[in-house]
Amino acid sequence: MSTKDTGHPRLELKGITKAYPGVLANDNINLKILPGEIHALLGENGAGKSTLVKAIYGVLKADSGQIFWNGSPTKIASPHAARNLGIGMIFQHFSLFEAMTVTENIALGMPGRQNMSALAKRITEVSENYGLPLHPDRQVHTLSVGEKQRIEIVRCLLQDPKLLIMDEPTSVLTPQEADKMFETLRRLSDEGVSILYISHKLDEIKALCHKATILRGGRYISECDPTKETAKSLAEMMIGTDLTTPRHQDDSKRGPVRLKVHNLSTDSTDQFGVDLNLINFDVRSGEILGIAGVAGNGQVELLEALSGEALSNAPEHVLLEGHPIGNLGPVDRRKIGVAFVPEDRLGHGSVPEMSLIDNAFLSAYNTKQLLGGGLINHSKTKKFAEEIVAKFDVRTAGVSHAASSLSGGNLQKFIVGREMMQDPKLIIIAHPTWGVDAGAAASIHQAIIDLAEKGAAVLVVSQDLDELFAISNRIAVIAEGRLSVSRDIHEITIEQIGLLMGGTTGIASEKEAQSVA
Amino acid sequence: MLLKIVKRPEPARAMVYVTPILALALTVLTGMSLFTFLGVDPVEALQNFFILPINDQYGLTELFVKATPLILCAIGLSVGFRANVWNIGAEGQLTIGAIFGGGLFVYFHDVDSILLLPAMVLMGAVGGALWAAIPAYLKTRFNANEILTSLMLVYVATLLLSLLVHGPFRDPDGYNFPESRIFSDSATMPILLEGTRLHFGTIIAFLAVITTWIMLAKTLVGFQIKVIGAAPKAGAYAGFSQKKIVWFSLLFGGAMAGLAGVSEVAGPVGQLLPSISPGYGFTAIIVAFLGRLHPVGIIFAGLLMALTYLGGETAQINLGMPVAVTGVFQGMVLFYLLACDVLVNYRFQLNFFGKATS
Repeated sequence: MSTKDTGHPRLELKGITKAYPGVLANDNINLKILPGEIHALLGENGAGKSTLVKAIYGVLKADSGQIFWNGSPTKIASPHAARNLGIGMIFQHFSLFEAMTVTENIALGMPGRQNMSALAKRITEVSENYGLPLHPDRQVHTLSVGEKQRIEIVRCLLQDPKLLIMDEPTSVLTPQEADKMFETLRRLSDEGVSILYISHKLDEIKALCHKATILRGGRYISECDPTKETAKSLAEMMIGTDLTTPRHQDDSKRGPVRLKVHNLSTDSTDQFGVDLNLINFDVRSGEILGIAGVAGNGQVELLEALSGEALSNAPEHVLLEGHPIGNLGPVDRRKIGVAFVPEDRLGHGSVPEMSLIDNAFLSAYNTKQLLGGGLINHSKTKKFAEEIVAKFDVRTAGVSHAASSLSGGNLQKFIVGREMMQDPKLIIIAHPTWGVDAGAAASIHQAIIDLAEKGAAVLVVSQDLDELFAISNRIAVIAEGRLSVSRDIHEITIEQIGLLMGGTTGIASEKEAQSVA
Repeated sequence: MLLKIVKRPEPARAMVYVTPILALALTVLTGMSLFTFLGVDPVEALQNFFILPINDQYGLTELFVKATPLILCAIGLSVGFRANVWNIGAEGQLTIGAIFGGGLFVYFHDVDSILLLPAMVLMGAVGGALWAAIPAYLKTRFNANEILTSLMLVYVATLLLSLLVHGPFRDPDGYNFPESRIFSDSATMPILLEGTRLHFGTIIAFLAVITTWIMLAKTLVGFQIKVIGAAPKAGAYAGFSQKKIVWFSLLFGGAMAGLAGVSEVAGPVGQLLPSISPGYGFTAIIVAFLGRLHPVGIIFAGLLMALTYLGGETAQINLGMPVAVTGVFQGMVLFYLLACDVLVNYRFQLNFFGKATS
């Protein structure tokens, strides 16, 4: 780290407070970023990270508090003003036009008219200079997610920033792509650019950042040196309670094959969908199979084929305990003991405007016998909903409240609970803890493990490798509609999985198939 | 200073009930200025419109007579609207219901059986459902927009009725007027109150409302309708078939409209004419929304809309206003209701500092 020029911090926040109706999103927050410092902003979902960053980038106006830029008090009225000061921001979700070239996209984000050929030259210069290879004439839709992110980074770098804000930049990257990006960030830091790095991935923060500011529930908790902390101690500061890691289950308990998927292929009807190509895997009773992969590589299509929302043309492509079920719809699959937790909690796993009682009925009316004489048994359904709430520690004002009134983590606990309390033989869970705070995530992980120990077969599809390594027995990787051979988690490393995720599937899985055979 | 529309964190429950009243108040206010503009004393006009028509027992029963087809059509439509199935062709389904039910009488006019009327009622429901089956098939098979198909079929249906009463259904003793025979007693809805036109169709309408209420609140198919309407993907996740719900809600809506049609021709109209409905099937769309797609709400909204028909007639007779005044009032109610519904999910906020996002 180089603290060159002045003694002033690049950016200092004093007492930033911002209230939304009903919530104090930021309560008297202080933050100090030195020149050339990579500073982590760490906190759970809802801790107030986004609000604080929006105040710095001029998207929001704080209710009170002061912002100092290079030591002098400043008002940042708009993102435009922020950019003029030298603040650049890279959002989690890209704002790129898929049908335009890299240069055109970058030109759109810059003030005034641009000389396109000169700009293309500068893009090549900057991107090579910082190890971010990028071809200016490529159309954006032909690029990988990692390359798209490079466009956003280069777009910021062209404006010669003094402070770069990055919102969970690695959530869309493979481990290899993330490592490359870290090198770039370290170079920028050496050149004196300050970086505010928002994440809840503790290992990254320990590896990359010089300082960390921890927020919890909208409050400033502390500032620390992440390299001197353990991942556990950081997590505890973030959550505020002692963290128990999920217990890993015993491998010897694996039973007979429950779910067998054999040569499953689909043609996606969606224009942006992915075709599945000869998917093969099986899940035994008592085991947890994890399917890793970057989003948009066929996970949605695979999950639809498994849940019965999309039927396969030949029933024997999907077998449950040896019986072909590929032609059964979701209702019939549930009747024989299959449960699902879809990725999208609101609008897929639940009906947002309906009460928890109705949402408990949604998928459980058959297995829990909530219909009596053709009519909905309201009191029995209510009791079931209350049982879920009690057993899975769902924080809600009552089961008659709408699903949309619950926080993400609590709704996820409710949906996981609803599916698990139907005593499934097989449960398929998509992204079990996506966007869920660490406390809820730990309890969901524990519930998944407990269910497997009771003898259920569990299939978890997730982008979060740490999660998959924490709970799975075996891991397979999906990339471009193909699934790799699954491997025991003791036999595979994060790096190997990263290679598989990055599209080198064909070669790697062939090799694996040989080595397994 | 800026007036901003801000999304509410949760939909305001109270507003669901307040907005229909607010819409009504705005309609009355606009109506008053409209009357003033037309050179009529607004207070007198409103009295003619809303109070005089129901000042006596006969007027009150007429209110129910007019509300009956509105409520029947609206209750059927509300089921579809809840499932995001936009059947706006109730007028056509009503007409075909009248043709099927009335046609039965035309061919069995000399039969004097207690079963004739029930058979006509059944035929009416079947006819309406069959007419609604066309958009259902086109929607599920070709993904054709049901708004367009159901609406276009309205014109086909009314022309078909006109063709029939000018031809095969024409009364042989009717001096060539385009009218069917006048329905015999055994083909006519029993009168509930002597000296009025209040007929058994009103009871059918109330039974339909109660049945629909139970169906929506208590049965699996009602639950499926609500889920598919609110979150289609959650419906697919639960394994509910969207196509089945499209079929069900269109057939149900069609059958209810068909019932309305047959209860009109076997009730107050008493024969088949080239035109048997002053747009009940279209007004029912307003009734369904004004009643918040809720069975009880639909009863009240149906009565209110029936009042605009009666009021329009009174205003025509007493004040010499054009018949279009009914349509203007109905249109204003829907217009203001839709506008006020913004308040359910949003609220107004005065901003004193301008800058927000860019």
